Amino acid sequence: MDVTQYTIKQISVFSENKPGRLAAIAGALQDEGINILAFSIAEANGFGVVRALVNKPEAAYTKLNAMGFMVSFTDVIAVKMRDVPGGLFEMAAILSEAGINIEYSYAYSGREAAVLILRVDQVDAAVEKILARGGTLLGADEF
Amino acid sequence: MIAWDPNMELMPEAELKKMQFKLLKTLVYRLYSFSNFYHERMVAHGVHPDDITRLEDVAKLPYMVKSDLRDNYPDKIFTADPEELVRYHVSSGTTGKPTVVGYTKNDLENWTESLARALTSCGVGRGDVVQVAYGYGLFTGGLGLHYGAERIGASVVPASVGNTERQLELMQDLRVTAICCTPSYLVHIGETAKKMGISIKDDTRLKRAILGAEPWSDQMRERIEEEMGIKAYNIYGTSELSGPMFTDCAEQNGIHMWSDIALVEIIDPETGRPVPDGEQGEMVVTILQKEALPIIRYRTGDITSIDHTPCQCGRTHPRIARLSGRVDDMLIIRGINVFPSQVEHALLGIPEVSGNFMIEVDRVGALDHMLVKVELNPEAFSDKINDILDIRRKVGHTLKNMLNVSVDVEISEPGSLPRFEGKAQRVIDRRVL
Repeated sequence: MDVTQYTIKQISVFSENKPGRLAAIAGALQDEGINILAFSIAEANGFGVVRALVNKPEAAYTKLNAMGFMVSFTDVIAVKMRDVPGGLFEMAAILSEAGINIEYSYAYSGREAAVLILRVDQVDAAVEKILARGGTLLGADEF
Repeated sequence: MIAWDPNMELMPEAELKKMQFKLLKTLVYRLYSFSNFYHERMVAHGVHPDDITRLEDVAKLPYMVKSDLRDNYPDKIFTADPEELVRYHVSSGTTGKPTVVGYTKNDLENWTESLARALTSCGVGRGDVVQVAYGYGLFTGGLGLHYGAERIGASVVPASVGNTERQLELMQDLRVTAICCTPSYLVHIGETAKKMGISIKDDTRLKRAILGAEPWSDQMRERIEEEMGIKAYNIYGTSELSGPMFTDCAEQNGIHMWSDIALVEIIDPETGRPVPDGEQGEMVVTILQKEALPIIRYRTGDITSIDHTPCQCGRTHPRIARLSGRVDDMLIIRGINVFPSQVEHALLGIPEVSGNFMIEVDRVGALDHMLVKVELNPEAFSDKINDILDIRRKVGHTLKNMLNVSVDVEISEPGSLPRFEGKAQRVIDRRVL
């Protein structure tokens, strides 16, 4: 099975925690005509990491890098969840039973279903287990 | 171990101290009798030469500071007859009016002997070809090392500074084995060599470098030694003391301060009290045999520590540690002396951050609070917050270990902290004291 079709390039940007930084990032993406599909900010005292799934990750990387931002790509997977009580538990239980650690995650409400973005410590294993248990993953081409 | 002057360099410590006391006593009597400047100082300070009854009594004598030399420009403090003077050196005056140092024949002789011992202790000697790439002229570096290297029978290439490609040609053609210059100039020579397709390691016979006249770090020494395949030794001196005079020995574990030439004290720059061996403070130097421009208890402004324990090389003269900063740059954080250069040294050892930094000091309630802002290296960027927090912790621990003070660390984006041309201003002190 080709797991790469399910690994999605998330763009991660380091940002000092001060006014204007997010506006600068968002404005740059707008200038390049890049659409943000999913988005989260993890913050610590003094700095944060902006994580986003965008429709043109390479272009976003090039633009933000040229502006002096520290940018990196991270492989994540996107799981469709049943938008009912217990939907998250189903997914979390599959990974838990397989001994796969979730390093972080965030969710958004997609057009058809709730979508859970996951960064896990074993991407290939996670893809295999979720598919084997009847779960649905969004393909990289859907972004 | 080869010593230039074994009788002096290996003299038991007790005898060295006896000799220092005799020299000090003679110096103080001479200056009390023949120097208006020192006579007035001693009278105003309430000390008479008879009060000097043991070596430690040096502490009873008044200090001399740089402004004394400026205020008495050009030669009001000189004690030698003008016709006895055989040379003048003049400081660049970058921080104010220049200072003038005069030399008698004996002063030059002591300076040269000091460097002859120093160069020998670094393993330089007859058969070596020494490229002196310090500036010649009013600056003391070039001529000082020139005469020192000639004294030990080395062949001297008086290259002075500049024309770097030519320096490299000479280094190859004359089979240079040792170079004396500033560390930054040697790095520049290395970069120029690379551009010319020359490997210092493989295409030259360079084995040793005697580096000083500007602050540098052990990290830089390691880098130079590794890239060039040489040994790099630290040299110390200032024009007020004569010029460059003292170096590391082959152990590279501190600069030997010849006891017959210099009496070294390390004091707390705030209180003026002596600090114990191994602890940092301001170096105060008495040059014991100066004739033209005598120097008693000169406050160098340089921060270092002293070590009187025996050196592996066998030399009995005390060693001072690499300078960690200048008194002028010192911050006092919760009663502890902190130097921006210590922060720089610590950061250079942490690959996840760049060497660029800013220090911000505030008073929170009654407590001093120090924040060090560092730039994350792009290669170290992880999108996992914990990885970055780990880097911040690592920087914090390293700084705490080095400074003995807890500091807050802020991780900044690369390139976001100020850059400086010339002297960096890396401290913002907002305390109202």
